[in-house]
Amino acid sequence: MKPTIKVTNLSHAFARREVLRNISFTVEKGDFFIIIGPNGSGKTTLMKLLAGILRSRSGEIEILGRSSRRYTPKALARTVAFVPQRLPLEIPYTVEEAVLLGRAPYQGALGIEREIDLEIARQAMQFTGVDHLAGAALDKLSGGEQQRVFIARAICQEPDIMLLDEPTASLDLAHQVRVMDLMEKLEEQKAITVIMVSHDVNLAAMYGDQVLLLKDGEIVCIGPPADVLSFRKLEETYGCRLLVDESPLGRFPRITLVPGRYMDPQLT
Amino acid sequence: MNTKSPRVVTRLIRTSSLFLIILSAVMLAGVSAGSSGGAMRSVLQVILGKSDPNSMLPTIIWQIRLPRVLLAVLVGATLSLGGLVFQALLRNLLAEPYILGISGGSAIGAIIGILMGLSRFPGVSLVAFLGSMATLALILAMTSGQTVMKKESLLLSGVMVNAFCSSVIMFLVSVTQDAKLHNIIFWLMGDLSTADIGQVGLLAGMLLPCFVIIFWHSHAMNLLLMGQEMAQSTGVNLKIVTGTLLVTASFMVSATVSYCGLIGFVGLVMPHLLRLILGPDHRILVPACILGGGSYLVICDLLARTLPPQGEMPAGVVTAIIGAPLFIILLKKSGR
Repeated sequence: MKPTIKVTNLSHAFARREVLRNISFTVEKGDFFIIIGPNGSGKTTLMKLLAGILRSRSGEIEILGRSSRRYTPKALARTVAFVPQRLPLEIPYTVEEAVLLGRAPYQGALGIEREIDLEIARQAMQFTGVDHLAGAALDKLSGGEQQRVFIARAICQEPDIMLLDEPTASLDLAHQVRVMDLMEKLEEQKAITVIMVSHDVNLAAMYGDQVLLLKDGEIVCIGPPADVLSFRKLEETYGCRLLVDESPLGRFPRITLVPGRYMDPQLT
Repeated sequence: MNTKSPRVVTRLIRTSSLFLIILSAVMLAGVSAGSSGGAMRSVLQVILGKSDPNSMLPTIIWQIRLPRVLLAVLVGATLSLGGLVFQALLRNLLAEPYILGISGGSAIGAIIGILMGLSRFPGVSLVAFLGSMATLALILAMTSGQTVMKKESLLLSGVMVNAFCSSVIMFLVSVTQDAKLHNIIFWLMGDLSTADIGQVGLLAGMLLPCFVIIFWHSHAMNLLLMGQEMAQSTGVNLKIVTGTLLVTASFMVSATVSYCGLIGFVGLVMPHLLRLILGPDHRILVPACILGGGSYLVICDLLARTLPPQGEMPAGVVTAIIGAPLFIILLKKSGR
């Protein structure tokens, strides 16, 4: 079977600053694929390249066996959905209006919605648990609710692949788990391959099938959480002291930050 | 339920008919008012072609009042729509052609055109368009690299562009003793009194295709309001769509500026009012801005013609008196 995404020798630079260097990896269908790495390691850039928002300077991205350059914007939007980092909202869309926007790749220029679009939007809202908020103003919702609305919008695109850029950032614990569980449900029930950027190594350990560790625009390593999230690799990549043991929940690593006061002053 | 036409189509027809009725009523009022009198009833008779053949009223209505009212409709529609487009593209509800300095840039272009002795169409309009494109490029250069332009910095840069434009305009006015410019101050404040039916027709011919282009992109503007990245990921070709909209909006604004000077704040007042009433869907807002903006400027011009005991004042005075305080209120509200 062809991989869902195949990235070959991908590089990208802004002005003269190189952000990604010779990245190659594949994502198989049904993988929960999580990209982690320190600030400025190129995670978001990689995500935008996969989403078709940026065009790569060199290298190749194949999506479902076809070069991403050969997709029209609409065809790409029917295959890949993207949930960017949350922006402050000023426009009082209702939840339903915002979710319906996800049907645009299937509609004409004026986006005139048919019955089927309304039905798909309704199901997507049910799936992410925001259907009771359909008529509410988006800008009045909590961060976690907004995130679930944006995920519902992305589901409306009926994609094969969903990309999310730090969907759990600035959410409280309950909402973090809820969003991550939702991603797992997407994989299982809708057969959507989920690729996500995260700052949280523990979430990556708990939910990821494959984890890609990025540093300074290069891949440090890629593989199952137990291989990638080792003490040595994480300390080298992030440059801070960590404890890594096995989670009490199961066979995946648990990462604990070590505060400076526990460190031997002679070692630091 | 399944046989119903889509909600948005029903809403579009409903709101557009309502605003069309308002516009017709306002236009009738605009045509009826004036120093040479004429009751609504006799005006109606003239319009229906049943008036007294010896009366002066038909000439006054067809050659003086109607062109002026039509011009107000076109200019009001253009400026409201321009405001709506800039607000969607810059994701900033305080953006407006006048506040951004786009109108000021067009005015510099227009004055240079007048000084070069060009005819109003197409010469002056073309130079005005170049002026607006130059300011647009300046604004985009200042805002580039930021995913969301901070409200304050966008407004500040607009204030600076405007200040620069007015000094250039005053400079140009001072260094020429050209008789062509004796009316310039009046013109700068937004004057609708020079309308003649042929030129209004020409202006309409330039503006109507712009309205159609913008309506065609109205759903893309809906998507853009959620942020550029989200719009792109739902299949919007960002470069083409924003390029088309910015150039079209600047073109139509500069066409109206070269005709009747600087009329400010229409593009702020109308989109805000309509968004409050109708919600954020641009497929409804674009036609509503055209019809409602047209009605608004006819009313402002009506006030400008009838309020002063003698003569009249430029319509831009009225729009600014209404618009500027509203702008301050909105700025204060959005800061919370």
